[in-house]
Amino acid sequence: MHDTPPDTLIRGARIVDPATGHDAVGDLLVRDGVIADFGAGLGRPDGAVMIDAGEQILCPGLVDARASLGEPGYEYRETIATAAEAANAAGITTIAVLPDNIPATDDPALVRALAGAGAATGRLTIAPYGAATRGCKGEMIAEYGLLRAAGAVAFSDGARAIGPAGLMRRALSYARGFGAMIVQHPEEPSLAAGGAATAGARATLMGLPGIPACAEAMMVARDIRLAELTGGAVHFAHVSTGEALDLIRGAKRRGLAITCDTAPPYFDLNENAIGDFRTYAKLSPPLRSEADRLAVCAALADGTIDAVVSDHQPRDADDKRLPFAEAAPGGAGLATLLAVTLAQVQSGGLGLIAALSLLTDRPARLFGLDAGRIARGVAADLCLFAPERPWRIEAGALPGKAQNTPFDGRPVEGVVSFTWKAGRRVHG
Amino acid sequence: MRLPTRHLLGIEGLHPRDISALLDLAESYVLLNRSGKTRRDVLRGRTLINLFFEDSTRTRTSFELAGKRLGADVINMSVSTSSVSKGETLLDTAATLNAMNCDLLVVRHKASGAPALLAQKVDAAVINAGDGMHEHPTQALLDALTIRRNKGTLAGLTVAICGDIAHSRVARSNLLLLTAMGSRVRVVGPPTLIPSGIDQFGATVFHDMREGLRDADIVMALRLQTERMSAGLIPSAREFFTFYGLDAAKLAVAKPDALVMHPGPMNRGVEIDSQVADDPTRSVIREQVEMGVAIRMAVLDVLARTALAHA
Repeated sequence: MHDTPPDTLIRGARIVDPATGHDAVGDLLVRDGVIADFGAGLGRPDGAVMIDAGEQILCPGLVDARASLGEPGYEYRETIATAAEAANAAGITTIAVLPDNIPATDDPALVRALAGAGAATGRLTIAPYGAATRGCKGEMIAEYGLLRAAGAVAFSDGARAIGPAGLMRRALSYARGFGAMIVQHPEEPSLAAGGAATAGARATLMGLPGIPACAEAMMVARDIRLAELTGGAVHFAHVSTGEALDLIRGAKRRGLAITCDTAPPYFDLNENAIGDFRTYAKLSPPLRSEADRLAVCAALADGTIDAVVSDHQPRDADDKRLPFAEAAPGGAGLATLLAVTLAQVQSGGLGLIAALSLLTDRPARLFGLDAGRIARGVAADLCLFAPERPWRIEAGALPGKAQNTPFDGRPVEGVVSFTWKAGRRVHG
Repeated sequence: MRLPTRHLLGIEGLHPRDISALLDLAESYVLLNRSGKTRRDVLRGRTLINLFFEDSTRTRTSFELAGKRLGADVINMSVSTSSVSKGETLLDTAATLNAMNCDLLVVRHKASGAPALLAQKVDAAVINAGDGMHEHPTQALLDALTIRRNKGTLAGLTVAICGDIAHSRVARSNLLLLTAMGSRVRVVGPPTLIPSGIDQFGATVFHDMREGLRDADIVMALRLQTERMSAGLIPSAREFFTFYGLDAAKLAVAKPDALVMHPGPMNRGVEIDSQVADDPTRSVIREQVEMGVAIRMAVLDVLARTALAHA
């Protein structure tokens, strides 16, 4: 479908492959879209494009295990093409895409269509989530077998929690038969209904209906118990509270099939970011207390959290230019994923390899994706970035369409110079 | 005097010095109003629009009167609640008002933060006349003026605010203002109507009304919306009145000269008993209404001056 990209020699990069721990300055040769070789002093084949990396970091193309792309159904917010632009600008080459679109990804044909739409861009692998329930309506479980065969990587109702315990039990039991994981938005719905912020002094001062932070831990506790009952695998999305992370840590210690991810807002921002009714900082789950933010940082450092995801939720200005309680929750996260995660490295909370691992091989392994590694013979999905080059995140100036970043105005470090998808230069 | 910002969106952000100056200016307007004179030069040629997305006769009338006594051209816009659930309408309205060159925009809206959103989009000075559960700054100011006129000061007084604290913008604005001015604030109500974290703003929480009212200088009853019953936050009006309705028996534990206040409109027999509400030796509820006009005159005056300074 696409022409074979030219061969490329990336010279003098700090090549970091978190999967193997490889971290050394060297060259990397891409031939026919595949990593042909890497190491010290590679020769330049005839006709190969040469990139002088100047000791910038060359890592696997980022694997984003959780994003909504707006397509199909919400193209006014984002399309796959504009999302690809934003993703590539942050070094992302693979995205697991949530199923709660219109229509929901509850049919094998839709799984194939989404994956095909990703491939058609030539810039992005789309690994679709399948709907956990038909239409993501929370009633009947979906066709996990057929969806899995079509390529669905896991099952979820997206931004919606699988609420009734009986339904979750069935979903976990049935998914187990196909070796599939259920991805939960951990929030007890009856405590979250109508809420716009985490309950507490901040929400009270602003006159906003609050969601108690324990709504997350309650769902996590229940689902851990259901995983034990059924032998199923649960992955908790965008975990944001210390209490929930403690439960997950304990379940992992007991050897249960429990994993989780978080997103940059939950380790970089706290609830004070919603001050002055900033609707771009209205997220689901809502931003938490500083103590919870620190607990998320600690869980990144000790390995409890298995992946850092963009949790990209594109929103249009009309979705956000509303009184806070009426505004749609969700933040644009693709373009800022790498830079805000690197802030954890700069602050000393996380080593570089550990941080990159959370963005590459760990989510890839968890979701069974053939991506996130630098190795001979694998597709040349690569990201070359200058880790200390500063820039400022500004809503309105981000690549792609969605501009609803909760990090508006935040200075960060880490600029992606080039991104390659299967050897094709897609950014830079 | 001038305010640090060109809008009045809440008590939050006001310095005690600003609050005192507003109260002092309002005192002068009380005298003016009682003398039957007006000062139509203050806002002559200026346009004040009352933009009410929620029904409110008394607050709207109070602002209207305040504007007219200072010589402003006053226009009332009531936007039917059914057509404003869409936020586009709010911002479209802002654009329309901007095109009309309005100077002072008084806004009431059911959503917390709606006036703050409008303030970003209009050139006029925005006055929050009540937004959701957030703030109602002119109510807190008029309450403070009423208290100060009767007690001589705000500092050191014990003020008990009773009833539905959770959903009350009046409670929030009063709490912020009174604690800033050195009063001791107690909030009294059933746990389902007390918002989480309120103690972090200096309020002491009571669930037993007699304990909460003991030796109080001021007892403020809040309106209880009937929706709170349908939402299941309290089981019935009679249960609420029995335990949290302000009646003579409960008031007896407060100081003998404690004042009774209510932001109105009252639900008699729900949060307040008529005997207390109508007792001229205790109730200053009517005086609150009079102070409302004076406070709003002071606010309009100061914001018009602040706008001139910014221009």
